Amino acid sequence: MIDRRLLKNFDWGIPFVALFISLIGVATIYSATRPVFDIPQQDFYLRQLYWIAIGMLAFIFTISIDYRHLVRFAYILFLIGVILLFAVLFIGKRGMGAQRWIVLGPFSFQPSEFFKILFIVALSRYLSRMDRSRPLGLREIIRMLTLFVLIPFILIIRQPDLGTAIILLLLFSCMVMMAGVRRRIAITGIIIGLVSLPFIGSIMWENLKDYQRQRLIAFVEPEADPHGVGYHINQSKITIGSGGFTGKGYLKGTQGPLRFLPERHTDFIFAIFAEEWGFSGCIVLFLLYLFLITKGIDTVKKARDASGAFIVLGVTIAFSFYFIINVGMTLGMVPVVGIPMPLFSYGGTAMLSNFIALGIIENVRMRRSFMYY
Amino acid sequence: MKMEERVRVFSYIILAVFALFILRLWDLQVVKGRWYREISERNRLRSIAIPAQRGIIYDRNHVPLVDNEPSFDIAIIREDFSDDPERLSLLAGLLDLSPEEIEKRLKDGTGSPLSPVKIKQDVSFKEVAMIEARRMDLPGLVVEVVPRRNYIYGRLASHVIGYLGYMTPRQLRDPAYNDVPVTAFVGHYGIEKTYDSLLRGKAGRRIVEVDATGRVVRIVGIQRPVKGRDITLTLDIDVQREAEEGLRGRAGAVVVLAPETGEVLAMASAPSFDPNLFARGISYRDWRRLINDPRRPLLNRAIQGVYPPGSTFKIIGALAALEEGVIDSATEFTCRGAIEMGGRSFRCWKEKGHGRISLYRAITESCDVYFYEIGKRLGIERIAEYARMFGLGEPSGIELDGERRGIVPSMEWKLKNLHERWYGGETLNTVIGQGYLSATPLQMARMVSAVINGGRLYRVHLLRDRPIELERTIEIDPGSESFLKRALIGVVEDSNGTGRKAHSGWVRIGGKTGTAQVVKKGQRGVRSKRNRDHAWFVAFAPEDEPEVAVSVFVEHGGQGGTAAAPIARDVIEAYFRADGSGLRADKEVMERSL
Repeated sequence: MIDRRLLKNFDWGIPFVALFISLIGVATIYSATRPVFDIPQQDFYLRQLYWIAIGMLAFIFTISIDYRHLVRFAYILFLIGVILLFAVLFIGKRGMGAQRWIVLGPFSFQPSEFFKILFIVALSRYLSRMDRSRPLGLREIIRMLTLFVLIPFILIIRQPDLGTAIILLLLFSCMVMMAGVRRRIAITGIIIGLVSLPFIGSIMWENLKDYQRQRLIAFVEPEADPHGVGYHINQSKITIGSGGFTGKGYLKGTQGPLRFLPERHTDFIFAIFAEEWGFSGCIVLFLLYLFLITKGIDTVKKARDASGAFIVLGVTIAFSFYFIINVGMTLGMVPVVGIPMPLFSYGGTAMLSNFIALGIIENVRMRRSFMYY
Repeated sequence: MKMEERVRVFSYIILAVFALFILRLWDLQVVKGRWYREISERNRLRSIAIPAQRGIIYDRNHVPLVDNEPSFDIAIIREDFSDDPERLSLLAGLLDLSPEEIEKRLKDGTGSPLSPVKIKQDVSFKEVAMIEARRMDLPGLVVEVVPRRNYIYGRLASHVIGYLGYMTPRQLRDPAYNDVPVTAFVGHYGIEKTYDSLLRGKAGRRIVEVDATGRVVRIVGIQRPVKGRDITLTLDIDVQREAEEGLRGRAGAVVVLAPETGEVLAMASAPSFDPNLFARGISYRDWRRLINDPRRPLLNRAIQGVYPPGSTFKIIGALAALEEGVIDSATEFTCRGAIEMGGRSFRCWKEKGHGRISLYRAITESCDVYFYEIGKRLGIERIAEYARMFGLGEPSGIELDGERRGIVPSMEWKLKNLHERWYGGETLNTVIGQGYLSATPLQMARMVSAVINGGRLYRVHLLRDRPIELERTIEIDPGSESFLKRALIGVVEDSNGTGRKAHSGWVRIGGKTGTAQVVKKGQRGVRSKRNRDHAWFVAFAPEDEPEVAVSVFVEHGGQGGTAAAPIARDVIEAYFRADGSGLRADKEVMERSL
């Protein structure tokens, strides 16, 4: 199935760097969850290792199917995704105040994690088939919003999964912008977006769950109530700041094992890394992520066709957003929305979907045109 | 704009965000790194005070009066103990409390949800064992072991020993208490207060690492507490016990001094209180009850109560008259039951009068008229001078707070305080221990000591190790002294003596009765208990080389010879029994022969 010529174009950097990052993640999860009393170590790190293995298999599986087949079945896959989102509202499992999981025997997964990829593929197909000699008009944008965004957005926000819903909206806007929008629409769109933000905010506010509101309050004024809602952000800043330039050293961090930092192995794992490895370690980690994002952007340019370019663009944007929002909230620069750090945070579904996303980049990259100039 | 350009813009934005993140990291980790490091250390490290064991307090024969015992307190960390009704009722059953009470205490608990809230103090060992067995079902439960002060004999000598409490706002500001943890108990009263700096030792510290729920993860460092110094008092527990036994059911005070050293062998004040109430932190209710009690149990009547000494003061009058030569021991006056002065009649307690009477009989029978005659000849200034010489009107130097001086009236005193001149009749009142004159029971015991030991007035003290301090030596003619001693023995031994009830079958006791009027003579219409006279008896024993000087005061006790003298005798007998000087055997023989 895999052509020898394809192997020639295979970029070993993507899987190796991804594996490296995820292994640093495992080490950090191990440190964050190490017990302080005489109880056995929780097996988060082991489970994460299994998921990395599964992720690598998914990566190989993803690169082995030509993305053009994926594009062919894009709409059907999208429909299946929407049905799964429906299903999760009725048969989904509750956890931490939200209904996000579907249980299949021993497995449970979050359909919204995979839905993003299906969404990107479907939207890419739509965009690539359009006449792009002139920028998109308002009518097309509204049509696309109705077709691709409206229903999934409502379904996801009902779970509720604020983070994924926002990512979906941002993803759509960015991809459409990248496809080319009339300048007037782009500018008015951005202005309307910014101006209406408070209004949307207040409408959203009414519909927000209690914990979501608290997170927003905490973001605006983290020191207002150090033991209440601002606690996460404060402790996260303390955790990161206390690392200093060189860090406290691996397994020397205190904020995680002593549980001062909540969600220490999931959403706030970066803080634990920053505590133990310091500023210098963070720079190295940032460079690794930057490497993956750069590979994505480079692949957009090299893709053999428009649909491939759009898919990689979407995947790269999503990956970047996840990284930016997670690190941003850990640093106290973005509200806490419950978005994991890609490849790093503990969580099986996310690990799987990230390796699939990187597999798609590799997939398109391998199948670029064979002409050498 | 081509798509390629737009992608380039996208990559610039990504780079800009990374740059922003790095700036933020630099700010948090490098610029403010040390500050955040400190906060994270404060997060995880706690300094827990380890209370020091207070020193043990012994009596003069090394019998422990106060020591410490471990006390088990049950506390709950609210964060870990979600008030599940089943859990509450389990704990309630184990602690013999109602679930509502526990809930209330949890609700009232201040501080963070991570700091333990005391649910029950001073739990028995059996209860602790039962709780430990169910530990798994009771998360967040903490058994704290704290040393608690144990006043072994309860109320015994409570006014001398004193009690403990949390630091007062003034003590919190006092640099002398700087190294005392805020939660520690310090002495508030009595010896516990005076010698607090010796007794309290130095608290240690335990630096522990805690997790976010406040549970101790490990001990990082430890600074051991230094035990407080043990102290030995001059008190003799047997004498003290007898003194309190004598005052049982009454209000009053007993002081027993060693005349040759100034040591306090016993100091009792009644009613008393139980310092154990304070040891576990007195409840508001108990405290209100103590301070609102009209009988004032917290008052140490031996040093804080000032009363007219009544006829016990005649010792000073007689001594002054002999020393000043206004009479000699053979001088006789005639008592007709009263004497006129300034148009007023000054009566003797014996209305029929004593007839022709000598100084010896005037003392043993406590003739007032004889002393009026002395008073007329001495004048108030010389009486006051002798009173002051023997320690009245001045603090005895005892190591207890709040000692009162009493009043030795003189012309100058009256002019200064009452803005009035002195009347001759007031001299007559003073010489029989009435009027403005007032003294504490301790001052009276000290006075007796100096009279019978050749005029040596010592500083009174309670700490055995304290060096003996001679305040001054009063020149007394040996003849006067031996005459006076003989007369005081006569008070107890003669058939007409007013202190006959102090007679002991096996030790010779000398003394002087006193019956201090609360209401002026002739005004005693109402014979309620509040109007009854105060009973006094001051004493010493044995006749040669006296070893004890005693003063007994019974508030509204009536006649000194009836109410106070027997107490003095019992206390003195207790001293010689405890002393082991062979008299004990005598008494046993005597009792058997009865």
